[in-house]
Amino acid sequence: MNGGTIEAPTIEYALLAPMLLVFGAAIVGVLVEAFAPRYLRKSIHVPLTLLALLGGFLLTILQAVRDGVPTTPAAMGAVAVDGPALFIWAIILILAFVSTLLINDDEQFVAQAAAVPGSTDEEEAVRSGYAQTEVYPLLLFSVGGMLLFPAANDLLVMFVALEVLSLPLYLLCGLARRRRLLSQEASVKYFLLGSFSSAFFLYGAALLYGYAGSLDLKAISAALGTVAGQDTLLFVGMAMLGVGLLFKIGAAPFQAWKPDVYQGAPTAVTALMASTVLVAAFGAVLRVFWVALGNLDWDWRPVMWGVAILTMIVGAILAITQTDIKRMLAYSSIAHAGFLLTGVIATGAFEQNREALSAILFYLAAYGFTTVGAFAVVTMVRDAGGEAGHLSRWAGLGKRAPVLAGIFAFFLLAFAGIPLTSGFFGKYAVFSAAVAGDALPLVVVGVVTSAIAAFFYVRVIVLMFFSEPAADGPTVAMPTIGTSAVVALAAAATVVLGVFPEPVLNLADQAASALFIR
Amino acid sequence: MPWLSILMAVPVLGAVGVALLPKGSDKLAKQVALLVSLVVLGLTVAMAVQFSPNGNRFQFEEKYSWIPSFGVHYGVAVDGIALVLIALSAILVPIVILASWHDAEGAVAAPVRDAKGATETADVKTEVVPPKRSAKTYFALLLVLEAMMIGVFAATDIFLFYVFFEAMLIPMYFMIGSYGGVQRSYAAVKFLLYSLFGGLLMLVAVIALYVVAEKNTFMFPELIGAIQDPTTQKWLFAGFFIAFAIKAPLWPFHTWLPDAAAQAPAGAAVLLVGVLDKVGTYGMLRFCLELFPEASKFFTPLVIVLSVVGIIYGAIVAIGQTDMKRLIAYTSISHFGFIALGVFAMTQNAQSGATLYMVNHGFSTGALFLVAGFLIYRRGSAQIADYGGVQSVAPLLAGAFLIAGLSGLSLPGLAPFVSEFMVLIGTYERYAVPAIIGATGVILAAIYILWMYKRTMNGPTAESVKGFTDLNGREKWVVAPLIALIVAFGFYPKPLLDVINPAVDKTLTNAQVTDKQPVSTVAEKKGAGQ
Repeated sequence: MNGGTIEAPTIEYALLAPMLLVFGAAIVGVLVEAFAPRYLRKSIHVPLTLLALLGGFLLTILQAVRDGVPTTPAAMGAVAVDGPALFIWAIILILAFVSTLLINDDEQFVAQAAAVPGSTDEEEAVRSGYAQTEVYPLLLFSVGGMLLFPAANDLLVMFVALEVLSLPLYLLCGLARRRRLLSQEASVKYFLLGSFSSAFFLYGAALLYGYAGSLDLKAISAALGTVAGQDTLLFVGMAMLGVGLLFKIGAAPFQAWKPDVYQGAPTAVTALMASTVLVAAFGAVLRVFWVALGNLDWDWRPVMWGVAILTMIVGAILAITQTDIKRMLAYSSIAHAGFLLTGVIATGAFEQNREALSAILFYLAAYGFTTVGAFAVVTMVRDAGGEAGHLSRWAGLGKRAPVLAGIFAFFLLAFAGIPLTSGFFGKYAVFSAAVAGDALPLVVVGVVTSAIAAFFYVRVIVLMFFSEPAADGPTVAMPTIGTSAVVALAAAATVVLGVFPEPVLNLADQAASALFIR
Repeated sequence: MPWLSILMAVPVLGAVGVALLPKGSDKLAKQVALLVSLVVLGLTVAMAVQFSPNGNRFQFEEKYSWIPSFGVHYGVAVDGIALVLIALSAILVPIVILASWHDAEGAVAAPVRDAKGATETADVKTEVVPPKRSAKTYFALLLVLEAMMIGVFAATDIFLFYVFFEAMLIPMYFMIGSYGGVQRSYAAVKFLLYSLFGGLLMLVAVIALYVVAEKNTFMFPELIGAIQDPTTQKWLFAGFFIAFAIKAPLWPFHTWLPDAAAQAPAGAAVLLVGVLDKVGTYGMLRFCLELFPEASKFFTPLVIVLSVVGIIYGAIVAIGQTDMKRLIAYTSISHFGFIALGVFAMTQNAQSGATLYMVNHGFSTGALFLVAGFLIYRRGSAQIADYGGVQSVAPLLAGAFLIAGLSGLSLPGLAPFVSEFMVLIGTYERYAVPAIIGATGVILAAIYILWMYKRTMNGPTAESVKGFTDLNGREKWVVAPLIALIVAFGFYPKPLLDVINPAVDKTLTNAQVTDKQPVSTVAEKKGAGQ
């Protein structure tokens, strides 16, 4: 040491409290795994997880209400807790809370992940009633990563967040109780492809560092105007960063993992991924492309146009050919990512950006709830081999369980964007922002693919209501209190946001009012 | 009093009430639904008598901010055009409920056919009779649909109009899909996808209208004249018009209608063709003409050609049909051609006639569909060839069918004649050739109606028809009001025209069209006669 002192970084603990609470609870969860007796673990984990998520949510609200939205980044410029970030945090924490209620179901998860499928070890594990309770701390770590991801104001922090959110998910995907090989395959695929995309992201970050001399988003943005002669670094870096981010939202041509992973993962985990990860990833996409690369939108916009169009078309058309309900919902999620991208592209002057941002935020909230609800219904339709995933098994469900089928039909109509559901206003908001942002052709593609997408949503309704039930059709499991609460909450959110969207629109508007801080 | 909101709230509450009835109370559900629809009818009449035709353009106005972020209002009000269409809906719904009394019970229709031996019964059964379904749900859907039909005509906010325009597809979709004939799910999906596709194109136009107009509102009266640029007008017109043309349906966007109408239960078919499709022609008259006057003039030749083709095509194809419901559906395509022709001829006579036609067509086609439905219920088949000589066993039924049919071919003295005549006269003032070609549709109409009547009602009594009973008390109550209205408005259309004419005047003013031709008009003659 040469006598100089290293200054301790200043950390705004209060601002970061929601995230810290979730991470803290995750670490406590690990300790519980280590020290609590097996029979007690679940009864400690469930309240701990729910309380941590609820607490995080309350802290987020408290922050927004008491101190308003901060105007400078926290933690030495590494984390930007601004309006959009707070809004996204609130959505992620509620959706994670709701998904946790789904996860609290023994039928979902494998008894012992290490036991080879079909082996005597597995039978033994099932017989002794083991449960893989690590699910809860893993979930908390992942949610912590999701909170950091959209708030990261620095590419390196963002990369760390990406890994923290992804690694637990890779594991969670492989823990399905039934069809374990499929689940493990999904896990491996997700891990391999996810690692590739992370590598792309990291490489892109490195190139941008080479260009701008900083990983800070603000500094990169500033460098755009001053650094000359390094355009190759910039464009290649930007493209690679884009690949990493677009992979996470499942935009085409990086969507291949989604159907496999959604299908193989335990449905409760799929619900978590389909809702919260999409929300978090869109937050990060917006921050990178609008903050760091905002002045370069003439360069990335044409590419994004292509990606958005391709994503909508691939999602809508491939969904038609699906025969598995979870795969169909995966492709539907791809199509919705495409619709959301039309909002990302709709940049322009300050007012325009604000409108587009608030539209995207509203869409994410609306879509997240409907998605969790839809997957919750999927967990309840079962036959002897576990969940009845094949669409043909859903025939005549409207006769067996009219209420459940009715709610599911309602969710599907919301996905299709029929008025008086939340999905309609989400779509309307994003499309109208895009029209105002001179992206009319994109909106035309959007509505045409919406019409195509309506076909496969409607097909499921036809199956449920207009077909005669199969003789040995699936039964509807008696839902646990948690599952019924999830379905009820999601249905209520879909109705309320579809009839009186104004309060949430207002919130989204306020969250977007100052755009992102730099 | 917020009349229009009450008109919408009553059926919605009624629907909730019907849906919440305990299992097995199907009969009670029907009675409650009928009662609710009669209350709505009563309220509509009470509202209509307070309407002053020469007062403000929009009356019974209500306007509340609904979604300020988007500039969307809950804005409802009626002018003469909307009022008569709301009245049409309110009149048809109780009649349809009464007519659909047994529609949800599926196999109940079987006994009549039992005489013909087991195998054929089985065949017939699989051909037409849908399985038993919950009557409760059916009538709840019907009431929800009624609320939306009233809403769609009453909406003065374009966004609200769009919301009803799309949302009303859903109850109809379930009514066709769950309660229709053998190919019901195909027909229901085709209906929904066609309409959704049109609706989504309209959504783009709605958004663009809002963005381009920069008025920060969707209120229709404030948006009149907001779009001046002709090119923009044309694009927006196209977005709206295609949606309405699919809805109406205009040739060549019509292919979903015969499937949907043939597969739907008779009651739902009446509402589909009688009211839902009118939303298309109503939308052309209200929104296309007034919001985009320049574009409307630009596209008029095209629309007139499509209408005339539709008139002739619908009539010729109707002649060739072997299925009664499909036949009636094709006649409607021909009639919608007349309505669209009248709307775009842009003369006072033609537009008043077109509006009147929307109402009259609802009654006459409603009567045709319902009487055909009674026939089909008795025999279990919609094939014309399965009937013959019904007149001799069920004279009342045959008589009702004849009157409904004659009104469909616009026999003088029956209501549709007045409107068809006005449309043709009004069109002739501006576009003589299309009017002349369109007039041949009247002759073709005589062929398809009378030939259908001859094949089903006259001639030797078919074996399968022998056991037919004549109209029962309930069925008489279904048919009587419709026939009474058809005859009444055939002789005395003035009350309707008095309401419609001032509204059409306003439309023409906003569409920047004046009746230049010095030809004396029917309306003037009427005035002179008084």
